[in-house]
Amino acid sequence: MPHSAVAAPTRRRSSAFSGDAIFAFLAKAAGVLVLVLLGAIIVSLFIGALPAFRAFGIEFLWNVDWDPNQAIFGAAVPIYGTILTSMIAILIAVPIAFGIAFYLTELAPNWFRRPIGTAVELLAAVPSIIYGMWGLLVIAPFLASSIQPGVIDALDGIPVLELLFHGPARGKGVFTAALILAVMIIPFIAATMRDVFMTVPPVYKESAYGVGCTTWEVMRSIVIPYTRVSVVGGIMLALGRALGETMAVTFVIGNANRISPNLFGSGATIASLVALNFGEAQQGSLLLSSLLAIGFILFVISFIVLAISRTLLKPKAAK
Amino acid sequence: MKLSSTALAFALATVSLAATAQAQQITGAGATFPAPIYAKWGEAAKTAIGIELNYQGIGSGGGQNQITNRTVDFGASDAPMDAGKLEAAKLLQFPAVMGAVVPVINLKGIDSNQIKLTGEILADIYLGKITKWNDPKLVELNRGITLPSTAIAPVYRADGSGTTFVFTSYLSAVSPEWKEKIGANTAVKWPSGDGAKGNDGVAASVKQVAGGIGYVENAYATSAKLTTTQLRNKAGSFVEPTLAAFSAAASNGDWAGAKNYAVSLIDTQGATSWPIVSATFILLPKDPKDGARSANVMKFFDWAYKNGGEMAKAAEYIALPASVQDAARSSWKAEIKDASGASIYK
Amino acid sequence: MSGTLTASAPSRNQSVADSLSRSRHRTNSIVKALCILATVIGLMFLGSILFTLLNLGFGGLNTKVFTNITRSGPEGGLANAIVGTLIQTALGTAIGTPIGLMVGTYLSEYSAGSQLGNAVRFVSDVLLSAPSILIGLFVYQIMVAGRGYTGFAGGVALAIIVIPIVVRTTEDMLRLIPTALREAAVALGAPKWKSIVQVCYPAALDGIATGVLLAIARVAGETAPLLFTSFGNSYMSTDLGSAMASLPLAIYQFAGQPDADLVQLAWVGALLITFGVLALNIVARVVLRPRI
Repeated sequence: MPHSAVAAPTRRRSSAFSGDAIFAFLAKAAGVLVLVLLGAIIVSLFIGALPAFRAFGIEFLWNVDWDPNQAIFGAAVPIYGTILTSMIAILIAVPIAFGIAFYLTELAPNWFRRPIGTAVELLAAVPSIIYGMWGLLVIAPFLASSIQPGVIDALDGIPVLELLFHGPARGKGVFTAALILAVMIIPFIAATMRDVFMTVPPVYKESAYGVGCTTWEVMRSIVIPYTRVSVVGGIMLALGRALGETMAVTFVIGNANRISPNLFGSGATIASLVALNFGEAQQGSLLLSSLLAIGFILFVISFIVLAISRTLLKPKAAK
Repeated sequence: MKLSSTALAFALATVSLAATAQAQQITGAGATFPAPIYAKWGEAAKTAIGIELNYQGIGSGGGQNQITNRTVDFGASDAPMDAGKLEAAKLLQFPAVMGAVVPVINLKGIDSNQIKLTGEILADIYLGKITKWNDPKLVELNRGITLPSTAIAPVYRADGSGTTFVFTSYLSAVSPEWKEKIGANTAVKWPSGDGAKGNDGVAASVKQVAGGIGYVENAYATSAKLTTTQLRNKAGSFVEPTLAAFSAAASNGDWAGAKNYAVSLIDTQGATSWPIVSATFILLPKDPKDGARSANVMKFFDWAYKNGGEMAKAAEYIALPASVQDAARSSWKAEIKDASGASIYK
Repeated sequence: MSGTLTASAPSRNQSVADSLSRSRHRTNSIVKALCILATVIGLMFLGSILFTLLNLGFGGLNTKVFTNITRSGPEGGLANAIVGTLIQTALGTAIGTPIGLMVGTYLSEYSAGSQLGNAVRFVSDVLLSAPSILIGLFVYQIMVAGRGYTGFAGGVALAIIVIPIVVRTTEDMLRLIPTALREAAVALGAPKWKSIVQVCYPAALDGIATGVLLAIARVAGETAPLLFTSFGNSYMSTDLGSAMASLPLAIYQFAGQPDADLVQLAWVGALLITFGVLALNIVARVVLRPRI
């Protein structure tokens, strides 16, 4: 039952300056402040982006050109990179996070659960610049020396796959960036899954165990369907986080200016493109305006992703 | 909201208390290319003349923006600012120091300065026209060295930077095709290769991939122990990237003829000149709000001109010729004026 | 299980049931093993990060780091960066927490599924995933352009990042408090605001404090917003009205320098900030929240 149903006692016919009125006003004002804040951010972004939208029109969205010298810019490459890295990050993170959540809720001995749970959540506490530096210093060389050459050689000659994984084993690139993003969002997804798995009424699981189901079958047939909607909502929130991540990606993604299917090659995300080019963008230039424009587009993408997660979570909230 | 108003009061108190302590600090923002030497000069200047320099390398474009907005005391830019923009923003531009950009490679069995390259070949490599190390053009230039058939992996700067501006200026000067197709800028549409963030990123990338080639500021080539190459200069001789070669290029620059000191040291004359050298510039408001701070900036650079030469050399930069330093001083005197119209620099 | 009840051909059905049971259990064991593997992988990543930091940063840890300011060469330290981070983080938390608290209270106690409430919640989530670089740009537009870089602007940028985190935890925590507690307070004659402040807040204090600690941990490591607002300072400054140094900025600037001492300082800074943030997190989760 919503707590605002607990109304203020009506016998207090006091003036507008009663404690209740003030407090309620402050609370509402704070809410409105947050709305205004986001509105201001988006408006100021849009105003800065207007010259770019005016110069390029709607084609800005699918133009693959990014030529600072000719001042022709298009958002297709960073949009593609943002969505691609985030999708791959989700693909990598969800199974691992699920495994961790399953382990923590069903398999681990009780005394072990808190330390492991805390340790996994510590992954979320590492600052993103550290992720970027670690990715560049540890993950990239590791991929370049141990993983990439093997994959490139193994897939050489297979029609579609060799396009996805070829080229010199650089260590950096789209795949590396996605991997680091995945490590960053694993704790968020794992925490959501774990919290939500624990809300399944024990009686459902117990009845399944009672008819002889194995742990995995209980998970698969009872827990996952019960929590599916919330889990997907949590994944969408993690996706929102991944879309906007700057520092972790900027160090390793390389900055390409064309769309290429090669996951071991360079790419560009909206956040990394803004971070890499902002220092050199002059005021009033079309470059600056285009950077603000893709920033604005990122907000729009986040909006859409979060709106989808909202609609998915709604039926659960109504329970 | 008690907490935040307390914080605000605390903040205001701190501001008023501490305002006096910053009297001798000057702030500068801009190019990362000279940031190491500015930092060294700043530290030495604190003990020598009591001026604290707070310089942050946020990028040449950032430096130009900030000084136009007067959020800092001086801006620093690798690319000379457009004359019209200098007028409009009422800025004086003068050079501080010079540096060089060198190509670096990663080829097994090849040592530093063994390989010979020309500007045209570099342009063709970055255009994607020369793709293997044993391409006929490279073999012809380097008879006596067995070049492997490894693929060339060009590396460029992912972030906008003055180093890219200098390097692409060079490529535009020596390759009409590059000039027409790509041009020179702090960031360009690279036709081939992969990006890396920062000079250190390029250095690391080149080291990582066999067959890699990149371009970095000289200081990074030395500190990361990269393999450098010889380059053919305008006079036709092949020079190694040494301080002597950089200085030769600097002394051959047409300082007198350049407006706003925007001299080009790319592909200069001289048999021993290194072809990729560049000055880096300081931007100062002609009508500063705070005359005292502006005076301190000029005092700092005056000191740096006189005493910073050795430090610059140690950090692999090239000090300006004395004549240019004097010219800069007279510009300060002539152009930087306070509200009454009197010149601030004495 | 029907296998055991069938009268005819018991051995054949038995073996079918057995093999089915075996394969189910095999699947179960495989999945269990994969889950353990997943957990190990997750922990390995954490271990790798911590090991890298210790490996590269520990060697540079000495008293100079805390007493000297940033400079090139072996005499450099991180004192100004550490102080700057402490000041700006404290300011960001001091501004952002009350606002976040009030918004969370509004969402939990006053909004009841109203349009405004839903909109505020949605907006708070958008802010939560907003790239911090864009928040820094925004604060630059409104506070820095034309005026100069200030530590105060840095604090404001961090506050904007703190708010949605505190909103989320406050609302979640307040929702968990049973309505009965509120009703009891009202029954005793307390006005609504008192029932919130004197009953709900203390009951939810642990969870709210966790949220605040998590927010602190997040903003202490933010680089991009500070780049455009407090700019960084090579010297010690506690003046909120001018540029201020911070650890993430120092790390960002020094990590790529050709000077080996500066690179070492960058890693020491990375070590300090990561372990500081991790310590805060452990305090938040282990001490304050007694459930998993």
